[in-house]
Amino acid sequence: MLESIGRSVLSSLRGSGRGTLLLCATLGDLRYAWRMRAEILNQMQVVAVGSLPLVIVTSIFVGAVTAVQAVYQMQAYVPMKFLGTVISKSVFIELGPVLMALVVGSRLCANYAAELGTMKVTEQIDAMNIMAIDPVRYLAMPRFLAAILMIPVITIFCDTIAIVGGYVASVVTLDVTSGTFIEGLRMFYKDSDLLGGLIKSFIFGGIIAMSGIYFGFNTEGGAEGVGQSVMRAVVGSCLSILVADYLLAIVLFQIVFKGS
Amino acid sequence: METSNSTAVPMPPPPNMRLGDPSTHDGVAMQGVSKRFGDMVVLDECDLLVNKGETLVIIGRSGEGKSVLLKNLVRLQEPDAGGIWVEGREVTGMEPPDLRELRKDFGFLFQGAALFDSMTICENVGLMLKEHTDWDRERIRARACECLALVGLDDADDKLPSELSGGMKKRAGLARAIVMQPQYILYDEPTTGLDPITGDAINDLILKLQRELGVTSIVVTHDMAGAFKIANRIAMLNRGKIVFTGTVEEIQETSHPLVRQFIEGRADGPLGVF
Ligand SMILES: Nc1ncnc2c1ncn2[C@@H]1O[C@H](COP(=O)(O)OP(=O)(O)OP(=O)(O)O)[C@@H](O)[C@H]1O
Ligand SMILES: [Mg+2]
Repeated sequence: MLESIGRSVLSSLRGSGRGTLLLCATLGDLRYAWRMRAEILNQMQVVAVGSLPLVIVTSIFVGAVTAVQAVYQMQAYVPMKFLGTVISKSVFIELGPVLMALVVGSRLCANYAAELGTMKVTEQIDAMNIMAIDPVRYLAMPRFLAAILMIPVITIFCDTIAIVGGYVASVVTLDVTSGTFIEGLRMFYKDSDLLGGLIKSFIFGGIIAMSGIYFGFNTEGGAEGVGQSVMRAVVGSCLSILVADYLLAIVLFQIVFKGS
Repeated sequence: METSNSTAVPMPPPPNMRLGDPSTHDGVAMQGVSKRFGDMVVLDECDLLVNKGETLVIIGRSGEGKSVLLKNLVRLQEPDAGGIWVEGREVTGMEPPDLRELRKDFGFLFQGAALFDSMTICENVGLMLKEHTDWDRERIRARACECLALVGLDDADDKLPSELSGGMKKRAGLARAIVMQPQYILYDEPTTGLDPITGDAINDLILKLQRELGVTSIVVTHDMAGAFKIANRIAMLNRGKIVFTGTVEEIQETSHPLVRQFIEGRADGPLGVF
């Protein structure tokens, strides 16, 4: 019992060691970004294309649900002019970055893990190594860069649509006037909220990419191994995002942006 | 069951080759290389010498570790023990940049071809040129087509690997392995899955590469007729060790029980089946 716990702790330590090494190698290979620009653009397209419907639907309903819940909580206690404030703050700081990282991120992470895992088990990564082409530079770096650039872009997109969704839900179904909503939106708006959210989603993008790439590169076995890797990658990415979200909340909003 | 050749105790005799100091050998030298997966020992202190410019054929039962041996040789898998030298340079323990430099001199045909399935055949073949030379697109394409023509795939260049048959993939993999004109080529079953005529054409190509470019090759094959045609020497892998090496004549005349059974393709003999 103790032994098996010890072994799994050791193996996860070894795993995070190798993960850190992979991250360092990937960061180091960012210097080849210009040479690899075609592949990077290609990977950015992979992130964006096809996630749009997912992003739009998720965002509209996130905004709408936040509006409904906020009105229910605020009824009779808080003036409705704060509705816009509540919606925009929760969307900018928390809901936009985290939900996009979980929803779009899982999709992306699964894509990376499955594609790289299949390449691993069909010896394509070996082939790349023997051709003296570094898989980290050729496969990992473009995916990593695409994720850290595109996840924030998608988050901005999500923020916008979610606010619109909240606005429509408030005005159409909740008896809040358009003017009240917009006044609330403006009243306590802070750049640091939006910026903090974007910093978060930038880091989430890195977590998503590294999780998919790490588990993809370490796939063993055949189709079953690929399935395992995808599962581990998505679970790893989601858990890390939630933990990182907590840590970032402390760092960003308790320390960096405090009092701004 | 008792045949004239099988001795009572089929003990493999020591390898009939002299390993001098492997670090002064001008070809490829492998000394005491071991590789295990979990509890299964695949290579057991295996020694192998490949002289410069020769074609060495490795034979052995399915699952004996021939593919593992090739991969360990270029450190696609890390050997657990032992040393590997190429032209006197020690490959085991080489740092990644040196290893990459060394690998540019190696072509490797994978048993399963291992083509990049997101690229066309032509891009697969041209990838190394694109990465390691400053050639322009036209020149790379011309060279890729030339290599594809050598393996009889002139008209498949814009197809994706998923659109090819197994034998065509194998040949495309071969074209990719030779595109940089490497000094060393490792072929893992180059003719398996090909019809006899295409297979013979591939054997001719292997001979041609050796004669015209002085390539040093290691060929893993199960096709004995092909092996006799292309080999300078033949080595047999059994239970993780090279148990026999010899020229084609030597292997045809040997009374070594394991080798006799193998080249005659008999199920009864010292190499137990199942
Ligand atoms: N990555 C691996 N993990 C675990 N075991 C492996 C791995 N690769 C190979 N093996 C085992 O090593 C042994 C040798 O495999 P290898 O592929 O080298 O056989 P082979 O001689 O090439 O056979 P064949 O002629 O059928 O291609 C097999 O028993 C195989 O199960
Ligand atoms: Mg094999």
